[in-house]
Amino acid sequence: MANLPNTPKLDELTKGPWPSFVSEIKRAAERSDMCKDLLGLLERSYNEKIGHWKHGGIVGVMGYGGGVIGRYTDLPEEFPNISHFHTLRINQPAGWFYTSEALRTLADIWEKHGSGLTNMHGSTGDIIFLGTRTEELEPTFADLTAAGFDLGGSGSDMRTPSACCGKARCEWACYDTMKACYDTTMRYQDELHRPMFPYKWKFKFAGCPNDCVASIARADISVIGTWRDDIKIDQAEVKNYADAGLDIFDDVVLNCPGKCMKWDGNTLEIDNDYCRHCMHCINVMPKALAPGDKRGATVLIGAKAPIIEGALLSSVVIPFIDIDEEYEEFCDIIERMQDIWSEEGKNRERVGEFIQRVGMGNFFEAAEIDLIPEMVTHPRENPYIFFEDYYEEGDEEEEEE
Amino acid sequence: MASEVSVQEVADAMYKMIKDAQGMKKFKAGDLTKAMRDVYGDAADRKTCKAAIKELIDSGRCVYTYFGGSFIEIPHDEGAANK
Repeated sequence: MANLPNTPKLDELTKGPWPSFVSEIKRAAERSDMCKDLLGLLERSYNEKIGHWKHGGIVGVMGYGGGVIGRYTDLPEEFPNISHFHTLRINQPAGWFYTSEALRTLADIWEKHGSGLTNMHGSTGDIIFLGTRTEELEPTFADLTAAGFDLGGSGSDMRTPSACCGKARCEWACYDTMKACYDTTMRYQDELHRPMFPYKWKFKFAGCPNDCVASIARADISVIGTWRDDIKIDQAEVKNYADAGLDIFDDVVLNCPGKCMKWDGNTLEIDNDYCRHCMHCINVMPKALAPGDKRGATVLIGAKAPIIEGALLSSVVIPFIDIDEEYEEFCDIIERMQDIWSEEGKNRERVGEFIQRVGMGNFFEAAEIDLIPEMVTHPRENPYIFFEDYYEEGDEEEEEE
Repeated sequence: MASEVSVQEVADAMYKMIKDAQGMKKFKAGDLTKAMRDVYGDAADRKTCKAAIKELIDSGRCVYTYFGGSFIEIPHDEGAANK
């Protein structure tokens, strides 16, 4: 057993039925001096209630501006093995599919060059390698590329696109999320590796409105699968659910945000014109209901988690697109919006914040995107667009009066 | 009509701008692109500027840095780094 530091506070976090990051670091510390020092530093932080890390700086690999996040402790004399403890982001495969061999390869590379600790996966979607020294960055990168992996995004660049497992494992997928994610990753390699934007830019591809990648809350561009025809109903299966004890009125009809469902004890009716495509009824009765056949995606812009300013949810740019067939059109619109933001955005201003500053109508006008009434912030809301065409001369004066 | 400007010429102008401001101001890729447009007009379009930045980085004359955002700087010793 390695001589591990005394960590009574951290040990509290090994108790209970759940997996513990402390247990994992302790296991790694039996082979890694970095992890041993990491335990010591963390225990000290818990005692002092102060973080002992500095981040950012110059570190990276040749030619790339993203993928490495510099990290140093401010107590290098006391914890010399983690005086450098840089993070690497590795571009994950779309949908996070790996062979066990690929995972072993990654683990071997990281045990050779770093602490051996990983996050699978970080909130960005990437594989995260935690903790290495500056001189190990290039050798790690060389081994990764030899194994077919590449670094992901960080800093003011396009972040590694991520996608749900889509058609590979999910019957609700309304478009091929993994293909869209892969194509986007390949198309925007320059933007991914060479920071050229005012701040980060994230794509997330969700196959249906369940939005398993939380794109509507996190991604600058959220691509969320949807359908434009009617929900498919199997009335016999609906009856089976009712016979099995499901309270369709309480658990389905009353929970419908569009109030578009009727249940008379035998037949479920849906007024599809008022359906908000929230997927709740489909999730409750997956054998009885399914998205329609005319499937595609809604593209939204402007979400972000709170960092500099508060959280934003995204708003609709393209109400419906068959992204599998119209990928070029999708990219064309994205690039026009990126151009405007790159040109006029302030340092560290996400596109959602930029849109708040300049106004959505002005933003779309500058990006030469036609405004249509379906561009909304929430379903069944008035559009956020002011249609001047509907005003006739003299209307403004009347309003002022 | 805009006159021709080579990628190398733009790269050199960017490098001078970065060097002159070293220690006083950091530039992002967008800052450099806008500055080149002011100097060369439409001849320094986004594609040329992108290629010029790539040349600066791939040649090692400049590096990307991260200090709350991504900047392009001349390689230097990092104050935060532990030796």
